[in-house]
Amino acid sequence: MYDVIIIGAGVIGAATARELSRFRLRTAVLEAKADVAMGSSGANSAIVHAGYDATPGTAMARTNVAGNRLYDTWREELNIPFTRNGSLVLAFSEEDMDTLEELHRQGVQNGVEGQRILSGEEARGMEPALSEDIIGALYEPMGGITSPYQVTVALMENAAHNGVDVYLEHPVTEIKKEENAFIIQTPLGDFHTKLIVNCAGVQADSIARMAGDDSFSIIPRRGEYCLYDKREGEDVAHTLFQPPGKMGKGILVTPTVDGNLLTGPTARDIEDKDDTATTDIGIGEVLIKSAMSVPGLNRRGVIRTFAGLRAQASTGDFILGESKAVPGLIHGAGICSPGLSAAPAIGRELAAEVCRLLPCADKPDFDPVREAIPNFRESDWETREKLIREDPRYGRIVCRCESVTEAEIAAALHRPLPARTLDAIKRRTRAGMGRCQGGFCTPRIMEIIERELHIPILEQTKKGGLSKIVTGRIKGGQFHD
Amino acid sequence: MIKEVDIAVIGGGPAGLAAALAAREAGVEDILILERETHLGGILNQCIHNGFGLHRFNEELTGPEYAYRFAEKVKDAGIPYLTEAMVLSITGDKMIYAIHPQEGLMHIRAGAIILAMGCRERPRGAILIPGERPSGVYTAGMAQKLTNMQGYMPGREIVILGSGDIGLIMARRLTWEGADVKMVCEIMPYSSGLARNVHQCLHDYDIPLRLSHTVTAIHGRERLEAVTVSEVDKNLKPIPGTEEVVPCDCLLLSVGLIPENELSHEIGIEMDPVTGGALVDEGRQTSVPGVFACGNVLHVHDLVDYVSEEAEIAARSAAAYSKGKKEGKKAVPVSPGKGVRYVLPQRVAGTEPTELYFRSRDVYRGGRVEVLAADTVIKSRKVIKLAPGEMERIRLSENDLKAIHEAGGAEVRWVAEEETK
Repeated sequence: MYDVIIIGAGVIGAATARELSRFRLRTAVLEAKADVAMGSSGANSAIVHAGYDATPGTAMARTNVAGNRLYDTWREELNIPFTRNGSLVLAFSEEDMDTLEELHRQGVQNGVEGQRILSGEEARGMEPALSEDIIGALYEPMGGITSPYQVTVALMENAAHNGVDVYLEHPVTEIKKEENAFIIQTPLGDFHTKLIVNCAGVQADSIARMAGDDSFSIIPRRGEYCLYDKREGEDVAHTLFQPPGKMGKGILVTPTVDGNLLTGPTARDIEDKDDTATTDIGIGEVLIKSAMSVPGLNRRGVIRTFAGLRAQASTGDFILGESKAVPGLIHGAGICSPGLSAAPAIGRELAAEVCRLLPCADKPDFDPVREAIPNFRESDWETREKLIREDPRYGRIVCRCESVTEAEIAAALHRPLPARTLDAIKRRTRAGMGRCQGGFCTPRIMEIIERELHIPILEQTKKGGLSKIVTGRIKGGQFHD
Repeated sequence: MIKEVDIAVIGGGPAGLAAALAAREAGVEDILILERETHLGGILNQCIHNGFGLHRFNEELTGPEYAYRFAEKVKDAGIPYLTEAMVLSITGDKMIYAIHPQEGLMHIRAGAIILAMGCRERPRGAILIPGERPSGVYTAGMAQKLTNMQGYMPGREIVILGSGDIGLIMARRLTWEGADVKMVCEIMPYSSGLARNVHQCLHDYDIPLRLSHTVTAIHGRERLEAVTVSEVDKNLKPIPGTEEVVPCDCLLLSVGLIPENELSHEIGIEMDPVTGGALVDEGRQTSVPGVFACGNVLHVHDLVDYVSEEAEIAARSAAAYSKGKKEGKKAVPVSPGKGVRYVLPQRVAGTEPTELYFRSRDVYRGGRVEVLAADTVIKSRKVIKLAPGEMERIRLSENDLKAIHEAGGAEVRWVAEEETK
């Protein structure tokens, strides 16, 4: 019997798991997919918002502003990439200037620090690539960028390191409520728990319904993005928003923590909760609208397009806390934007809710620190030399585009939460994320997985399920024993 | 510790091997080849089909056979090479930073550098195909490595997008292994591969080549399940109503090669936006003195024979440079005119007879290719057919070059039949 089972291994589930791992509780995470961060947490704008955008008094406003501040602690403890690069909300018309004033006021109410309204010239002074059409901007120095999947991986690794059990590829099929306990069914067995924390992203309403709570629904809102080569990433320093509309924050242009440039997202409500397909129209919209902010963007620099789903709740706000209908069921649901920014605060609030319902004694040996895999690419020459001397596999580059070494890939396969798929390795090491998109390194990585984890190449997948990479063996090749 | 060499060759593929040999023949003793893979030979090692060496050796070799001839000569000549050596950085003053599992971090100061890093394939993102992101979508070269080097099938029912040579070769290769290659789609109205490959790899196996067609959607959440194929108009835009859903478990992309010039950018070499490679003179010297480039890192070649030839040109000038022949002659530009996509070299500095390589912009039948110096046609050649997929050459004599220098530059153009009268 577990004390708490968290359903969903996105950034919210991982933040909650890590918070709960501070206590003497038996905690587990059930995830349907083959890795963490495979839903909304793996495909979003990667922005840590300042907190001016949310309506004052909402859970969104509260957790966004608090969460933003906690990212400094996360960076220190979890060794995640996070930079306060500052953001600019751009105005193209006098009407937009009114919107900026309104956002500024809202920011003050929400407790956002340091915001300032700039003239067009001042904005272009800070960001020379900006369009001449921009007449003003709201500067938000607290705005930052991070890597949502690296954050999720780091949180979950730290949770696992502190005793949380993580079950990947365990989709929940049914939930039975018994007196003071739940039985959660998965195709791989049943799990008994006193409490459930529902962090199931776009599926949070289905999980709630399984447990007997139909008080809300989740509408997936798809956003499409273009990711640019690192050469384009050098041209923009701040996160550049367009004035927000009814469907969200508009098309942004932002550098990423890895040095690429990201543009998007579109916003379209859809029916199908697994539909992360990109569309001709969507990508076209991203290309056209992003050029309004930064006219010099070169579309030939796009190395990848992708789409993610925002989990919009029917209530219009984050749904946080114990269900009114089902005691013992705690929701961390409807976490759309600014969910990534709010995650550190949401994790704390959900853990506090658990501690309201169960006695939570501090675990004296809780270790808040998660060491990252030593990163060859970002090390100086001296460190690189030392790494190679200690482990010659650091001297072997597997992914040329991102300078990822064999040692880093091997390390990703032996972490507290081991990578088992190509995409999982990509999220942990960036191998395959560069301009060739895995063309050169994929065959090498497959050999390393086979050697290190004894998963035959024939069985290896891109992202779990049926996503096998090869379909069969032909006559023996160079690596055949 | 800093190692010093007269000539460093970055890359041990066909360009690097031929360059190292030619540099040695030109009298340079102190050469070092740095190769990132575990074997010399570069991409040829996975090109097990034949057709290599027809021009150079007058026989049909496989890729590994062609590479072997050069690699053996390099070994026989005792030219030092280091495999598993990855160059991470080169500075303008020709200091090379490389890493190696056993040697660790290496600092190499070179008298001259020959860049021979080859090229990479354009990925799906670069051509913005919408749809889902399942497994089963690979570049043709990666599929070639899986099949020929590792012995795995990338799929069973295959659609190939792009009629580049690797895609054509893989259509035949996978057919031999029992795959059903359903079609090769080419967005242009002509194939971008060699005519001989279209015949030997597609026509001989009844694999349809769908010209003016492209893939407009990818379907399948986990493994690829189908692609949508659409016809395109003359502006290359998909024509609504022509969509056809083709079930398949594998989509191979053969949609272009990009010279791998990360190091060249870092040195600050002036680049040609059309070739994606460096701007060079006829000795293949880049804008940074003492840095030379050859092979697919300079511009994408269709035949390895020409890669070897170009590498030898670069090596001879690098050898001369390293022996102290550094005085710069005034170079004049050679530019592409009507109907010509690019000319290489992009400038000429001397008057020794040389060859211009060029590619046409479109498929042209008949007419003439002309070299103009000022307004004078100094060279003219009849054309049967020009195609962007086949590199053409024109030889320039000493007198031609003198005329070009006098005129301050030259232009290469194609003139249609009716205009020649």
